[in-house]
Amino acid sequence: MIAIIDYGAGNIFSVKNALDYLGFENKLTDKKEDLEKADALILPGVGAFPWAMNMLKVSGLIDTIKEQAKLKPFLGICLGMQLLFEKSYEFEECKGLSLIGGYVDKITDPGLVIPHMGWNKLEFNHNCKLFDGLGEDEYVYFVHSYKAFVDDKNLYAYSTYGSKVPAVVSDGDFVYGCQFHPEKSGKTGLKILENFADLSR
Amino acid sequence: MLAKRIIPCLDVRDGKVVKGVNFEGIKEVGDPVECAYEYNLQGADEIVFYDITASHEGRGVMLDVVRETAKKVFVPLTVGGGIKTVDDIRETLRAGADKVSVNSQAVQNPQLIKDGADIFGSQCICVGVDAKAIGDKKWTVFINGGRIDMKIDLIDWVKKCEQLGAGEICLNSIDTDGVRGGFDIDMLKAVVDAVKIPVIASGGAGKLSDFADAFIKTDCSAALAASLFHFKELTVGQVKDDCRSKGIIVR
Repeated sequence: MIAIIDYGAGNIFSVKNALDYLGFENKLTDKKEDLEKADALILPGVGAFPWAMNMLKVSGLIDTIKEQAKLKPFLGICLGMQLLFEKSYEFEECKGLSLIGGYVDKITDPGLVIPHMGWNKLEFNHNCKLFDGLGEDEYVYFVHSYKAFVDDKNLYAYSTYGSKVPAVVSDGDFVYGCQFHPEKSGKTGLKILENFADLSR
Repeated sequence: MLAKRIIPCLDVRDGKVVKGVNFEGIKEVGDPVECAYEYNLQGADEIVFYDITASHEGRGVMLDVVRETAKKVFVPLTVGGGIKTVDDIRETLRAGADKVSVNSQAVQNPQLIKDGADIFGSQCICVGVDAKAIGDKKWTVFINGGRIDMKIDLIDWVKKCEQLGAGEICLNSIDTDGVRGGFDIDMLKAVVDAVKIPVIASGGAGKLSDFADAFIKTDCSAALAASLFHFKELTVGQVKDDCRSKGIIVR
C-alpha cells in the first residue's frame, strides 16, 4: 500500500486518482501507523512552504516522515518536493524536512513569467529508476514560483526556464522529489509514478 | 523552454457538451467525459470545461463531470462558468479541477480574483475575458456571454486582474468568436504586451494555421478552441504537428 500523506495541503485527490488508474493500492492518510505500515510514501502539496511545514507540524507526522523516508521509497511532489530540503525563503526563512541538502528560493531570472506554469522538457542529468521507459523528448507539467538550489549529485533531471529548474531530485537512496506534477503530466507523468510505485514491490 | 499549449474547450450544459455560434444557436454534441478523454489521447495540454448551465442543479452535474474526468484524464483541468464565490472555487478544485476560470463574476466582483488567489494560489485563478472592439485598438469588456457591455477598457481590466493576483488571462474576442477567420491578433497583442502573466488566445480558430499564426505573431502562451476540435475538423495532434513544423515548441 502506498500512503499519500494527507496533511491538508492542496489537491491530493489527483495523486490518488492516478495511482488508482495505474492499479496501485493506496490510501490518503494522516495516521502514523499507516505511514509505518505503507510500502511507499507520497508527500503531495500545493501552497506556501511555511504554511505547509506548519500543517505538517500540527499533524504530528514530521518525526515519522523523517524516520520512514530512510526505510522505504518516498516521493515529494511539487511543494512536497520543496519540503524535502533544509530550508526555504518563501515569505520568511523556514526549516524543511532536511532529507536532501539544499534550499528553496524564488525564481528570479529576469524577464520570465512567474509562476513557471506549463509543460517543459525534462533534461536528464543522472540515471534514475524513475526514468525507466522514458524517451528523449519528454514534457512534464509545472506550476511553481520557487525552485530548489541543490548539488549536482542530487539533481537527476531539470528543465530550462531562464536557468536550470530542478525537476527530479533524490538523495540517491529512498528519497525522491518531483517539482512538476506527475499526476498531471499525461503519459510521461503516469510512467514516472508507475516507476516509483514499482520501487515498493 | 516552456511549450506552447493547445487547449480544447468543452462548453457544457446540464452534463452535455454543446456548441453555439456567436454565443447563440446552441446544439448538443456529446458526452464531456468521453470528449475530454479523446482530447487527452490526441495530446491536449489542458482541457477546459465551460459550464453554461444557469441552474444550481446544473452545477452539481458539472462537478460530477469533473470528478469522473479526473479519474482518467491526467492533464490539467480548468472549469469556468458560474463560479461566483470562494466556496464555488473550493468545491470545483475539490472535485478535481486544477484551475477555475472566472469571467462575468470577476468583472462584477473583482475581489473574487484576489480572494481566490490569496486562498488557493494565483496558479488556479484564470480570468476569462470577453472583449469587443469599439474603435481602432480600443476594446471594452463584456459580460454574460457577450451580451452586456461593461464599458470597461480591456487593457485597464487585464492589468487590474494581474494586480489582483490572476494567474492567467483567457482572452476571448467576441468579434472573431465563431467566425473562424483566425484569432484576434491585434487584441491579443495588446493584452500580451500589457501583462506579464500567461495569456490564452480564444475565439476565432477556423483552420490549421491559425494556431501557429497566433504563436508567431504574438507572445501568447496557449491557444484555445472548441468547435474545430468538437466537429473533428482538426485534431490537437494535427495542430501541434503544424506548429512544430514552423519551429514552435509544443509538447
